[in-house]
Amino acid sequence: MKSIWFHLQGYRDLPADFEDRYESVWVTPSTEELCDPQKVHQYLNWNLDELDYAASLGFDGVGTNEHHQNGYGFPVSPNQTGYYLAKSTEDQAIVILGNTLPLYNPPIRVAEEIAYMDCLSNGRVVAGMPVGTPMDVTHCYGITPTETRPRYFEAHDLIKRSWTAEKEFHFNGKYTKLRHVNIWPKPIQKPHPPIWLAGGGSIETWEFAAQNDYTYSYLSFGGRKAAQTLMDGFWDVMDKHGYDRNPYRAGFAQIVCVGETDAEAEKLYLEHLRYFYKKSLHVAHHYAAVAGYNTKQSLQAAMRRGGAGNPFAALDPGTTTWSELVDKSQRVIGGSPATVVDHIKELASDLNVGHLILLMHVGSMDHELTKYSTRLYAEQVLPKIRDIWDDQWEDHWWPTGAKQPALAGAEVAAG
Amino acid sequence: MAIEAREYTLASGLSANVMVDGSGPPLLFLHNHLGRRWDAFLEALSQSFTVYAPRHPGSIEPDELMQLDAFSDLAIYYDDLLAALNVDRAVVVGHGFGGMVAAEFAALFTERVEKLVLMDALGLWLDEQPIPDISALPAPNVASMLSGSAAVSEALLAQPEDPAAVPDHMVHRFLSQAAVSHFIWPIPDRDLRRRLYRITPPTLVLWGADDAYIPPIYADEFVAGLPNAQKALIAGAGHMPHLEATELVLESVTEFVG
Repeated sequence: MKSIWFHLQGYRDLPADFEDRYESVWVTPSTEELCDPQKVHQYLNWNLDELDYAASLGFDGVGTNEHHQNGYGFPVSPNQTGYYLAKSTEDQAIVILGNTLPLYNPPIRVAEEIAYMDCLSNGRVVAGMPVGTPMDVTHCYGITPTETRPRYFEAHDLIKRSWTAEKEFHFNGKYTKLRHVNIWPKPIQKPHPPIWLAGGGSIETWEFAAQNDYTYSYLSFGGRKAAQTLMDGFWDVMDKHGYDRNPYRAGFAQIVCVGETDAEAEKLYLEHLRYFYKKSLHVAHHYAAVAGYNTKQSLQAAMRRGGAGNPFAALDPGTTTWSELVDKSQRVIGGSPATVVDHIKELASDLNVGHLILLMHVGSMDHELTKYSTRLYAEQVLPKIRDIWDDQWEDHWWPTGAKQPALAGAEVAAG
Repeated sequence: MAIEAREYTLASGLSANVMVDGSGPPLLFLHNHLGRRWDAFLEALSQSFTVYAPRHPGSIEPDELMQLDAFSDLAIYYDDLLAALNVDRAVVVGHGFGGMVAAEFAALFTERVEKLVLMDALGLWLDEQPIPDISALPAPNVASMLSGSAAVSEALLAQPEDPAAVPDHMVHRFLSQAAVSHFIWPIPDRDLRRRLYRITPPTLVLWGADDAYIPPIYADEFVAGLPNAQKALIAGAGHMPHLEATELVLESVTEFVG
């Protein structure tokens, strides 16, 4: 199983009464009142240092994504972080999960930037292609809700073709019209960097993954228990299309907090988990549920389930307990290295997942604590879960230029 | 008030769903973002007119919207619809988003419009009086924005009593809104102002004096830009004057149409 150290790059110091004073962490939270650029200077440097630290300890991949106008996570352009990581790391996959395609016109900008990063990193880039959240796409960037998916599919086709075409071509799309498509450079990876889909569980995305033989990552903060039904649905679609159950067809985002003991983990991380679920995920329903963003089919399914399906709805009050998070709901994998290993093995086998997208900086965690959890994971968890699937499956969706990094623990043993 | 809806296939191949009732000269009613409904106002109008109340395209099958990108497409859609209905000219009444459609239609197909009624219409934009995005507000704010009368807004936003009917109802409401947002997202301004001079048929700009969604200053903007317009302000009414003060609005419209 691949361990990808993934940074949401959120704001670490929202006020104690934030969720009472502001309607939403996304779209409208006042940047003037809440977002101190001097603090962001500190955070951004920490973010990159944390990603570098994870790489130095042997995580298989490092990554980030794209979001706008929020305190939950504002990497803005993931390619900026990606360029830095392409230069600062040597072996890791650079997992850009990803560029929100409907926001780029012409979308060849994404094709060019990913190709540039792939060249810089010598073929280590994952090209994630999410549709984007309704908050980012429709509210922050003003894309018409009903055009979101058509723009996404058209951009995907153009980008893929620009990476693979043998000669210059014209593109007469509905949203993008170009007389000359001839990008410099093309990616090192052939025919193109692995394309990863990511989302909150819409059926259309699974079908799209199946049609193109792409891997799909479920970006949830709900944990393995809540994800079971949804991931079963994903595998049913793969079965229907006649694919094998190679776990690398699937990724899963998981909050993981490691301490020396279970008790220490609770003491160190509970307040930050509460911050995350209470503040970072304080997304107003009226921004998350946008008419026209979902297809009729997905809308009907959501309404029958009873609600518009807001994956970012605050899952827990700020008073939630460690046992609620870790044992009862299993939203969080946290505890001693042994506990974490057990729970990750459960996750891998229950959901049949090969790409583990680790969220190890959570909400208000500071730099040192983030590194502490990361180090314990690298030294005591990673060696025990890395080979979970190795005897049965090959990862066909991993960048061809990435190498398996040496483990920090292995060096200690050798020395 | 169970009016049967008729299905039409237009020359473009797109479909139309139209409620038709009454007798008298033809009147085309274009609904707002809440979806088409046969209400007390249309029922009363049907005493004096043959009322045609189509549903905006895409409200049931969103795929249709892929063939309709802009207001010009929508105006052509309604021109095709009048052709399918064998109606040469009609009184056109539009409310909210429907008012914006009616105005765009009148600017392009002026000869089709006998008289025009714009009721609390979208279409113009003033930076100093921004019109909120009613599709992205907390539910209580939506209600108060529609009407100061709780009875009116509750009736508009009520869910079916039968829980089994709720999902379909909500799907329809979302799709109706989506079919509107498709044309006006994220700001309902498509430069109608520079086409107002073409709308020469007599026009009644009718507005709820307390409209909290599209403030009455927009009535003045329409009247100032239209070549042949008069204004009727309905005291005590909000964004739904035809439901909040049905008698007054009927009187005003009937007198105007003559």
